Amino acid sequence: MTAGEEEPVAGDFVRAYVITGGRRLPSSDELSLHTLVTVGPDKELPLGASPEVRAIWDLLSGGYLAVAEVAAHLELPVGVARLLLTDLFEQGLLLRRAAPPRAQSVDRGIIERVLHGLESLYG
Amino acid sequence: MDSNPSTAESIYVSDAVTTTAKILVVGHFAVGKTTLIGSLSEIRPLRTEEKMTQASALVDDLQGVPDKVTTTVALDFGRLTLSDELVLYLFGTPGQQRFMQLWEDMARGALGALLLVDPSRLAETFPVIDLVERYGLEYAIAVNTFDTTHAYEEAEIREALDLLPDTPVVYCDARDRASSAQALISLVRHLLARAA
Ligand SMILES: Nc1nc2c(ncn2[C@@H]2O[C@H](COP(=O)(O)OP(=O)(O)OP(=O)(O)O)[C@@H](O)[C@H]2O)c(=O)[nH]1
Ligand SMILES: [Mg+2]
Repeated sequence: MTAGEEEPVAGDFVRAYVITGGRRLPSSDELSLHTLVTVGPDKELPLGASPEVRAIWDLLSGGYLAVAEVAAHLELPVGVARLLLTDLFEQGLLLRRAAPPRAQSVDRGIIERVLHGLESLYG
Repeated sequence: MDSNPSTAESIYVSDAVTTTAKILVVGHFAVGKTTLIGSLSEIRPLRTEEKMTQASALVDDLQGVPDKVTTTVALDFGRLTLSDELVLYLFGTPGQQRFMQLWEDMARGALGALLLVDPSRLAETFPVIDLVERYGLEYAIAVNTFDTTHAYEEAEIREALDLLPDTPVVYCDARDRASSAQALISLVRHLLARAA
């Protein structure tokens, strides 16, 4: 792990621009980092899909992964992965699970379940 | 690692999972965030990057690219399956003030934050506390002992960090799974008390 985590990435930006067609990156309201996604049943990869979309498709054909996991496995910036996933989702090609509440407020029931889970694993 | 199909499958979350939760692991530079996530994660901790500042501004203004540079921040995260239906994600979030956009993204929908502290560098924790408070995140302090074993008294740490009386302070060794899990449990107990 290197200390220098920051570096100029203008080149990456051009790449991100090309992948996304220059559109604004969607906000995390749409698909948050820990929302699970997978390819819908009997859905087909759209014709003319970019290599990145194709890679997402291949990856998600295997099962559910969180948005952040898709980005990490494909080495895409999170914002770019999210935009491509949002596109596929809006075309009805992806399933989404466990979309967390939009509000910042946290559900007590989930906290209870997390605590119970941790205690039964490590208590 | 090998071509065993069960290994290949294991990157995926089980189909039965209906809920995911997110907890942040925050703290200043080199405090042990990645180490703690690695100790707890059932998958090899993953790393991705997020572009900081004006992502959309830059895209809107591509002609300006030669002048514009931005910052990339590595995020690492891990996953713990807590039951057949529930998965917890842990996201390591850097403590630098300037990563506001990242914090906004991370804080949204997070249950709370485990705030790692190196007791020999307490001052570096102030800006991190400011950030978690600004985003309304409940937190617990996990003192990563770095082999100094309780040389720093809890009272000393509480006072130095000006903590509320009910903010938990736990000692942990980020390299140790059980110890890291206990720190996380203290946080979640606190979250539950606060959610009452
Ligand atoms: N002795 C000791 N070393 C530790 C402990 N926890 C972490 N380290 C070491 O401290 C260094 C920094 O740990 P990281 O987990 O990379 O810290 P980080 O907070 O992720 O760092 P950044 O992401 O760079 O901010 C690494 O070399 C770890 O091996 C600990 O409890 N004891
Ligand atoms: Mg780290």
